[in-house]
Amino acid sequence: MLTYTIRRLLLAIPTLLFISFIIFLIVKLSPSDPTAGLPLTIPPEVREQIRESLGVNQPVFVQYFRWLQLMVWNEPLHLIEGWTGWNVAPESTTRIISYQTRSPVMDLIMQRMPQTLWVVGISYIVGIIIALPIGIISAYRQYSWFDQLGTFISMLGFSVPTFFTGVLFIVIFAVNLGWFPSVYDTTHVVTDWDSFIVQLKQIIMPVMVLGLFNASQISRFMRASMLDNLNQDYVRTARAKGLTEKVVVLVHVLRNSLIPVVTVIALNVPAVFGGAIITEQVFKVNGIGQLLIIAIQSGDVPTVQTVSFIFAVLIVLFNLIADVLYGVLDPRIRYD
Amino acid sequence: MNSKTLLLGAAAAFMLSPVAAMAERGSSGHLNIIYWQAPSTLNPYLSGGTKEVESASLVLESFARFDDTGTMVPWLAADIPTVENGGVSEDLTQITWTIADGITWSDGTPLTAADAVFTWEYCTHPEGGCAQASYFDGVDSVVAVDDMTVQINFNAPKPFPYTAFVGSESPIIQAAQFAECLGARAPECTDANFGPIGTGPFVVTDFRPNDVIEFEANQNFRYPDRPYFATVTFKGGGDAAAAARSVLETGEFDYAWNLQIDPTILAQMEAQGNGTVVTAFGTSVERLHLNQTNPDPALGDLRSTVEGGPHPFLTDPIIGQAMSMAIDRALLVEVGYGAGGQPTCNVLPAPELYASTANDDCLVQDIAGANALLDEAGYVDTDGDGIREANGMPLSVLYQTSTNAVRQDTQALVKQWWSEIGIDAELRNIDASVFFGGDPASPDTFQKFYADVEMYTNNFAGVDPEAYMANWRCSEIPGPDTQWQGSNIQRFCMEEYDALVDEMATTADLQERGRLAREMNDMIIQSYSIIPLIHRGGVSAHANSLEGIRMSDWDSELWNIMDWRRAE
Repeated sequence: MLTYTIRRLLLAIPTLLFISFIIFLIVKLSPSDPTAGLPLTIPPEVREQIRESLGVNQPVFVQYFRWLQLMVWNEPLHLIEGWTGWNVAPESTTRIISYQTRSPVMDLIMQRMPQTLWVVGISYIVGIIIALPIGIISAYRQYSWFDQLGTFISMLGFSVPTFFTGVLFIVIFAVNLGWFPSVYDTTHVVTDWDSFIVQLKQIIMPVMVLGLFNASQISRFMRASMLDNLNQDYVRTARAKGLTEKVVVLVHVLRNSLIPVVTVIALNVPAVFGGAIITEQVFKVNGIGQLLIIAIQSGDVPTVQTVSFIFAVLIVLFNLIADVLYGVLDPRIRYD
Repeated sequence: MNSKTLLLGAAAAFMLSPVAAMAERGSSGHLNIIYWQAPSTLNPYLSGGTKEVESASLVLESFARFDDTGTMVPWLAADIPTVENGGVSEDLTQITWTIADGITWSDGTPLTAADAVFTWEYCTHPEGGCAQASYFDGVDSVVAVDDMTVQINFNAPKPFPYTAFVGSESPIIQAAQFAECLGARAPECTDANFGPIGTGPFVVTDFRPNDVIEFEANQNFRYPDRPYFATVTFKGGGDAAAAARSVLETGEFDYAWNLQIDPTILAQMEAQGNGTVVTAFGTSVERLHLNQTNPDPALGDLRSTVEGGPHPFLTDPIIGQAMSMAIDRALLVEVGYGAGGQPTCNVLPAPELYASTANDDCLVQDIAGANALLDEAGYVDTDGDGIREANGMPLSVLYQTSTNAVRQDTQALVKQWWSEIGIDAELRNIDASVFFGGDPASPDTFQKFYADVEMYTNNFAGVDPEAYMANWRCSEIPGPDTQWQGSNIQRFCMEEYDALVDEMATTADLQERGRLAREMNDMIIQSYSIIPLIHRGGVSAHANSLEGIRMSDWDSELWNIMDWRRAE
């Protein structure tokens, strides 16, 4: 198992290098210009100077290797220094600088990570909590009215995009009913019960919009996996032994059905860090997704590149975790 | 500021609003502003975007600003230097600003001439990539004569010397704070870029890039009773419709900027009675450019260049005139712009002094007249396909613009009207970041103009049109030799026009400058290489409880935020 993990980790290095280069080429070769969003009153010579000062005009390979060096060497040193207080990073170490803000990209990511983890993370947990019971009951009472309703709602949640449900929620709950704010206050700090209620109010709409989407996906997996197991011989044996239905379903069947579902959940975790571009934009949550979309719109190559690369690392990592978890959950699967 | 102006200012404030005169600093509490594009930095020299310039205008100020009528008002300076009062030298190569008395930075240190000199050095540093460098064009040196006197020397006579340190786009930054941030080191100064020390009514307490800014009243501000708001939240992000909704429908915010949304939706929101839509008109004109060179793909590298030869039919003003007459500008405004637009027939619609009235016939749509004009000129439909021909070539144009719902509506309407006069239009839209991106390798930029007609908005900052009118000199025509840079997008070239540009560059008299600008405007319009459509204004909305807003398109919309207050 350990050799397998180490082998996979080593293999991940060329994979990530390849991914980072492909991302870089895609971002770089797409027609984007960091000065495109500026007012037309700024003359072309000034634009050229701005591009020059950003380093946009350097050869593509120079830019890539420079970014790579900063990403794998300078930034980790800064991270270590920030965490431990050791003075490991050289004084004048340059960092990856965003074109838009002219500040280190990593600081932007660190600033936005908490909001994303809160909103998207909670919505993921809420989605799982809703999805598992729905999936179990839907499978146990297949084709009952509950199953039909569950199927209908998950189809709805799956197929209606979040930019529609988000705006719909705002129109209903913020404009017409006035229950919740339509703009997420990112400066709000929870200090006591009242401020917690305020936080709850502003987080509930984005969480529910995303939660609905996540729940639809996971509940379908849960249902399908339960159905596979319910007709197995071991279930009949359990019932023949005189076990109660509760024990049969919740202990025997559920455990076995969870294996594929856990894999799906684990593989989707990187998406939590990736944020939810559309939902964050609709509710003005300053998360990673919003950072990425604004960076794309304004041709901010270093930010787009760094954020996408971090996603790539997380995806490779969680794929590995899911594979290892498989072996842990199911003793029949061994990699050695 | 001398005591006389202070008294006058106080008296004016008193007359304008008795409530305000009695209010004190911070008495209006908290103000919520939403800009749906979030500021990335608070250093306007590092990003020329409107969002950064306007958010920074709460903190950073300049010698003079433009009020809502486009009039220059002294701000950090004691008065406006002119030739009459000796502030501008007779030969127009020197302007001397005197800093008003008693102005301090928010950290309590006095504002001195050295700060202005430093600002000039900061923005003109060759490695800095300063976005506002054009404000210092032609500036030979900036000299601190004494602590309170700044002398700007130009390397040639400058009839309109109010560029450097005037308006929200070239404010004065503190030398002490930015001393280590010159040139290539500018990005290292994140703290300074995100929290500049200013002389303005507010100071930054928290800045989160591309998200939100928190301000509080500057306790060292020169007017003891202002600003009336104690704290300001400046939120960014989302979209224009959501920003409008948060002011007009849910009331979460007090002020929302740039609400270019469907005018009927905006009117419905306003009808809820929570807020008011306000507009201000500057110099933005949505216009059609008619390519004067030949964009035929068969020409290869010579497409849309002077060397490639003139356009087969758009160089004839008769055709351009007919295309202009066929357009119902009032309807375009109604469909796409609402309160944020007015029909116009000039490429230079404002300030009033420069606005010509010679072309106002275009305000009325005249399809029959356009048809008659084309018939008379011999452009008739010879092969019966509904499209007229010029020398055997069908009057069929490729009409491109950026991707934007209002622009696509406009395109569809214009295409319909042109089809009624026998001109066929093929429509095309290009993503704004590509269209305006200026990448010389892309065939789709507005500068390359690989089309017959293109539509976009342009304007000029400030109130002086000299540089703007110089856009259409022959030498400004973009081409491969200049990496397709150049501002004469429609490739208009006329010796008489260039002569007028040169004349304006040496004329100081304001009335005479007005006449020259109007004449140049008329020359372009009557060549029909530009067909102006809509004079576009800024559209914003504020809560009904907010008072004192004097929206200006000549400066930052928030230029007089120190006077804003909550109604009692």
